[in-house]
Amino acid sequence: MERVAIVGASMTRFGQRDAWVRELLAEAGAAALDDAGIDGDDLDHLYVSNMASGEFEGQTGVPNALAHDLAATPAYTARIDQTSSSGGAGLYAAWQSVASGASDLTMLVGGEKMTHRTTAEATDVIASLTHPVEYKHGVTLPSFAGLTARLYLDEYDAPRESLGKVAVKNHRNGVDNPHAQFQKEVDLDTVLDSPVVADPLRLYDFCPITDGSAALVFCPESVAEEYVPEDQYAVISGIGGATDTHVVHERADPTTMGGVADSSDIAYEMAGIGPDDVDVAELHDMFTILEFLQSEDLGFFEKGEGWKAVEAGVTDRDGDLPINTSGGLKSKGHPLGASGVAQVYEIYQQVTGNAGPRQVEADTGLACNVGGFGNCVTTTVLEGSQ
Amino acid sequence: MSDHETTDTDAGDEAEPTGEPTFEAAEYADGTVTYPPHTVSPNGAERVGTVDLGDHAARVVTWTTSTATPPGVREPNTLAIVEFEMGDDYDGPPVRALGQVASRGDAVDGDDSGDADEPGDVDVDIGDRVEPVYADDLREPGAGIREPESQDWDGFRFRPVE
Repeated sequence: MERVAIVGASMTRFGQRDAWVRELLAEAGAAALDDAGIDGDDLDHLYVSNMASGEFEGQTGVPNALAHDLAATPAYTARIDQTSSSGGAGLYAAWQSVASGASDLTMLVGGEKMTHRTTAEATDVIASLTHPVEYKHGVTLPSFAGLTARLYLDEYDAPRESLGKVAVKNHRNGVDNPHAQFQKEVDLDTVLDSPVVADPLRLYDFCPITDGSAALVFCPESVAEEYVPEDQYAVISGIGGATDTHVVHERADPTTMGGVADSSDIAYEMAGIGPDDVDVAELHDMFTILEFLQSEDLGFFEKGEGWKAVEAGVTDRDGDLPINTSGGLKSKGHPLGASGVAQVYEIYQQVTGNAGPRQVEADTGLACNVGGFGNCVTTTVLEGSQ
Repeated sequence: MSDHETTDTDAGDEAEPTGEPTFEAAEYADGTVTYPPHTVSPNGAERVGTVDLGDHAARVVTWTTSTATPPGVREPNTLAIVEFEMGDDYDGPPVRALGQVASRGDAVDGDDSGDADEPGDVDVDIGDRVEPVYADDLREPGAGIREPESQDWDGFRFRPVE
């Protein structure tokens, strides 16, 4: 099996954009082609990670539209929908296409256009992933987070303030990310005094609704230097995908994300590393509580100890294990289909030494992209080429 | 799968419809009970019958009050995950459900007064004992993105009893 390299990357500014999904995808796609020094017609495969362009704006068939816009025809195209882990699932498809030998050059573009919808409408589109017995009660993804956060705080005797400190940390990181939706710090009092959304969680515990796109270009490692200098590509050394129950209340422990644990086990084994070998991580902090759960289920910290790591500054940019140097979904924004791609964009920048003011010392990075409330997960390990 | 079935409450038996709304869970050949019913049990065992959870009290595992609700959903919307008391003879995995919390003044089982627009005075905490309370419309069908005919909209809320 071929080892797969990433040789080009881009992302648009995340936030409230005038562009629609087809234009967002084209913006990121064209920039990634340029970054890799290739043209659209060089691509064998072109994947689009997108959750709900049909539901959000009535635009379907986006992969073919993108192939035409980028002059990538006759490349094979497919749309990858795995809810908010569509980006991670797209990464898996792109990796498979090159690792299997089916494609010598693949591009993945993730994107979503959401902000033209009201918060209630966007929340309902996302909540449509739930089982009918959950949906009819008006459950939303934020309400799953509120349910889980209350149980976590109760079971592990964690202070409410520790969740707020995740938001403070990630906003601080987002200040140095020119692509982030929010490039401003928030203080703990602001987080703790913000309006309640899903008790005990408040407005600043949640990521925003976002428009945006991100893209990556993949090739066999054996030919990576045809596209970029030898120290400017990254290798996907491990990748794993897994699922948990569709019905969230059927999980044995609601504070454990089985899909995170299972997918990371696969990724670690493939990469031949363990959690202690990870230098930097991008986690799916759609809600602050998710950073605790994932940091524990990825094996970075013992169960119930993730909040203590945040309190101690371990996950700060200058800590032992920086988490969400990009600002995370919390600050950078969460255009559903783009988020998993943008997570790997950040790790790619980190392990190739191109993260600018966000740069940390990192040879090995990890991205964990979560769909639903842990329903589907892709964990990816990237290593720098040096 | 509708909660509003009219099947018998004894697992494994074929039942005559009674006309009363039931809170239908599935029982499988390995003794497991799940809500909602699935094609097979978590271990792959086939379904052998149903259990009416409407007959079972439950304890609150966790709860939240959502203030940003989707179209057609009461606001605020207090939700709980509850774990049913299945009796000493049941040794399968916990049987849980997620549902709206009813105010202490909500109607008793079978009464049609459940109202999607009236959240009421909800008072609940982890560990509280609750009982299922039937409601005709948990949210307004057709107000959200899901096709109204694709699923049922009635079901059971959980009312604190202590």
